[in-house]
Amino acid sequence: MVEFAGWEMPVEYSGITQEHLAVRSAAGLFDVSHMGEIEIAGKDAPAAVQSIFCNDASTLQAGQAQYSAILTDEGTFVDDVVVYRLRSDHFLVVVNASNIVKDYNWIAERLGAFGDAVAMDATSRYALLAVQGPAAAGIVQPLTGVDLGSLERYSFAHGEFANVRGTISRTGYTGEDGFEIFVPPQQADRVWQSLLASGEPAGLIPCGLGARDTLRLEAGMRLYGNDIDETTTVFEAGLAWMLAPSRRTQTQPLTRKLVGFELVEPGIARRGYDVFVDGAPAGKVTSGTQTPTVKKSIGMTYLPIASASPGSGLDVDLRGRRARARVVKLPFYKR
Amino acid sequence: MYPTTLKYTKDHEWIDLSGATGKIGITDYAQKQLGDVVYIELPKIGTKLTQGQSFGTIESVKAVSELYAPVSGEVVEVNDALKSKPEQVNTDPHGSWLIAVKLSNAGEAAGLLDASQYDQLVQ
Repeated sequence: MVEFAGWEMPVEYSGITQEHLAVRSAAGLFDVSHMGEIEIAGKDAPAAVQSIFCNDASTLQAGQAQYSAILTDEGTFVDDVVVYRLRSDHFLVVVNASNIVKDYNWIAERLGAFGDAVAMDATSRYALLAVQGPAAAGIVQPLTGVDLGSLERYSFAHGEFANVRGTISRTGYTGEDGFEIFVPPQQADRVWQSLLASGEPAGLIPCGLGARDTLRLEAGMRLYGNDIDETTTVFEAGLAWMLAPSRRTQTQPLTRKLVGFELVEPGIARRGYDVFVDGAPAGKVTSGTQTPTVKKSIGMTYLPIASASPGSGLDVDLRGRRARARVVKLPFYKR
Repeated sequence: MYPTTLKYTKDHEWIDLSGATGKIGITDYAQKQLGDVVYIELPKIGTKLTQGQSFGTIESVKAVSELYAPVSGEVVEVNDALKSKPEQVNTDPHGSWLIAVKLSNAGEAAGLLDASQYDQLVQ
């Protein structure tokens, strides 16, 4: 168990590799209740959400969700989030656990300008369970009346799960098909047990923070605090696709960008290790691991634009030993 | 559960002594703490080790850990087979030796832990 943003969370249950492979080949069950939930509601909530978050929330119908972010005026990340439109004038924003207070304050400060719009930190009202992997739909379907076949990626529906009222969305952080289920914390254990029992014959196993990290990294998904933060812009992070069209104009020329790399020499590049291009310091590894699926040492780092093309070389200092690496296209793994 | 034929260190290595040489590995407790081992870096044959000094690293998906020499001596053999199958350290920790060392000070072995002392240490 490790302390994570004020929560005691398991790094692994049966082992990171086994859990990772289960999600790629069958399914895994994650307790991600540490994630924060902030609700924004009121007649003017749509205008407020459109203003505060960078993606185009006006395209969202009730029942749809989108990846988005809160950006500073400089275009750097206050947080990356998922915005759910519950009703035309009611939104639920899932935020990173370590940023709940910062995000809430940021949102509350800006709501005043929008008249009828209020924000509530609803984190304690939701437990969040994620079932991820190709077998996920077959595991969850017997427990709910929601027709999962008609639930598109990044859409959600309300219903009962193992006789517990909740909300299910076809979202996740693993690069696989899967679902995230919001239920009241008091009943989360029951839903967890029911999902485990339903999924066991299909190969579902409980998964911890370790596999969550290796899965998302392999899928090229950025992690707040590692790969993106208040010093990195949405353009540098390669996430400009999520900007509303009116926000896509870049005011500063791009000097560096986030790239994926793989080591071509033995070793594992870990977060914080120094990166060199042609012998000169170029930054640090923002995320790194040995991927259980393809058994390669992979990572992400920010590199100067001139050195950021796939195939370009770099070196990573592995505690005193420089190992060769090369830039590869993200993601490392695609379903 | 810890073989009585081995000697142990507080840093969770074991050594299997046979005359003036000993084969060195990491304990079941150590492999459980590390989780899935995916990479091992070992010294070259001929490297001189001092007791307590790092002689390599062992990495799992979640962590990197130093390997410490239980005794002083010279590396006379390296288990290169582990490089392609590092997971053997997880499945058979007490059978997966990393290096063999020719002891330069046989007296050091007397200070190592026996199986029951080590078992108590990790309880």
